[in-house]
Amino acid sequence: MINKKVRNVEEALHDIKDGQTIMLGGFGLCGIPENSIAELVKKDVKDLTCISNNAGVDDFGLGLLLQKRQIKKMISSYVGENAEFERQMLSGELDVELTPQGTLAEKCRAAQAGIPAFFTPAGYGTEVAEGKETREFNGKMHVMELAYKADFSIVKAWKGDEAGNLIFKGTARNFNGCMAGAAKITIAEVEELLPVGSLDPNQIHIPGIMVQRIFQGEKFEKRIEQRTTRKRD
Amino acid sequence: MALDKNQIAKRIAQEVKDRYFVNLGIGIPTLVANYVRHDIEVEFQSENGVLGMGPFPFEGEEDADIINAGKQTITTLPGASFFDSAFSFGMIRAQKVDLTILGAMEVSENGDIANWKIPGKMVKGMGGAMDLVASAENIIVAMMHVNKAGESKILKKCTLPLTGVGCVKKVVTELAVMEVTPKGFKLLERAPGVSVEEIIKATEAELIIEGDIPEMNID
Repeated sequence: MINKKVRNVEEALHDIKDGQTIMLGGFGLCGIPENSIAELVKKDVKDLTCISNNAGVDDFGLGLLLQKRQIKKMISSYVGENAEFERQMLSGELDVELTPQGTLAEKCRAAQAGIPAFFTPAGYGTEVAEGKETREFNGKMHVMELAYKADFSIVKAWKGDEAGNLIFKGTARNFNGCMAGAAKITIAEVEELLPVGSLDPNQIHIPGIMVQRIFQGEKFEKRIEQRTTRKRD
Repeated sequence: MALDKNQIAKRIAQEVKDRYFVNLGIGIPTLVANYVRHDIEVEFQSENGVLGMGPFPFEGEEDADIINAGKQTITTLPGASFFDSAFSFGMIRAQKVDLTILGAMEVSENGDIANWKIPGKMVKGMGGAMDLVASAENIIVAMMHVNKAGESKILKKCTLPLTGVGCVKKVVTELAVMEVTPKGFKLLERAPGVSVEEIIKATEAELIIEGDIPEMNID
């Protein structure tokens, strides 16, 4: 077993530097690497390019980095829940690359799978396709998209072991599943870090080879964005 | 009388057939799940990575790790599954999902749709909409016929940045059900008590009107 365990979030993120490109898992506030985001705020690294489906909300998730102007460029599919984001984008302070969600996911997966580019029908005929190669397959037009190249991928999992094997819970898998292993270095923060042998190999979602560093997060707030319920009859 | 949002959802629910996998967008489309017949088998997919979505949880049973694409807390039904985002859009692109229902700011008579950006004013992003409309075989749009200023959103040509081209199959509004045909919008049904003339007046695009146009059945 090759041990990937690091002591804490400081050690896991020790070499992240200004100007680097970082993938961050999560959908909305679900499954975001909370401890790592807090550490990025604390480290005060700047000019980051962040690849993340959303940009958090004003006071949580990546919104915390936006408030401190640590992000130079954001690559996302949907930013509707963050007023500060929208303000920085419309004023031109923040460079934003809006990308269709499935394309964003596949650009991560392509990087994870060693595929340099792929064709998708998403965005054909829209401004997303401007300047990109297009090609017809099976009578339908497609747009060529490139795999992402990132320095770090930071993902959050439910359980992990010291070999870096990961198991996600519910829809918190989202982009964590396709970002793990999609950058030069993948850092996993988990709710529960277990000794090797604790996890059933049949149940592993991401094999440890995709993860270079793993640590147990100190605490997880797991904020709910839209609390919707029904009454008991 | 023009339909309310729940009645639009109720009318669209009639388009959901037995053994369909369905993706519902945010807003009116989400309400469609409440009106699907109980005697058919339907599974709801949400692009953030769940198939077999159930109703909202009971109070106190919300789980931050189980949400839909609208970031709302949900439950799952027996037979449900979770998967990552790339896999989720794989099943959308590969047309495993039979029906996509989503909202729009504008649609045009050749089936173009715009719903993600108002230049200089509002940019929320396209989310999964561009992937869904580019791949789904059957796309139904739930929307209001006119905007707050009374201007038609059913157009000859969209004015806003597009989400997808030539993809919309059917549009259900508070006034009418329209099909997108190679010749343009064909008026299929009108809201109870709404006249064909009123619909024509609220529609910037040309409408193809053949014979008597029946009223929608939304009982």
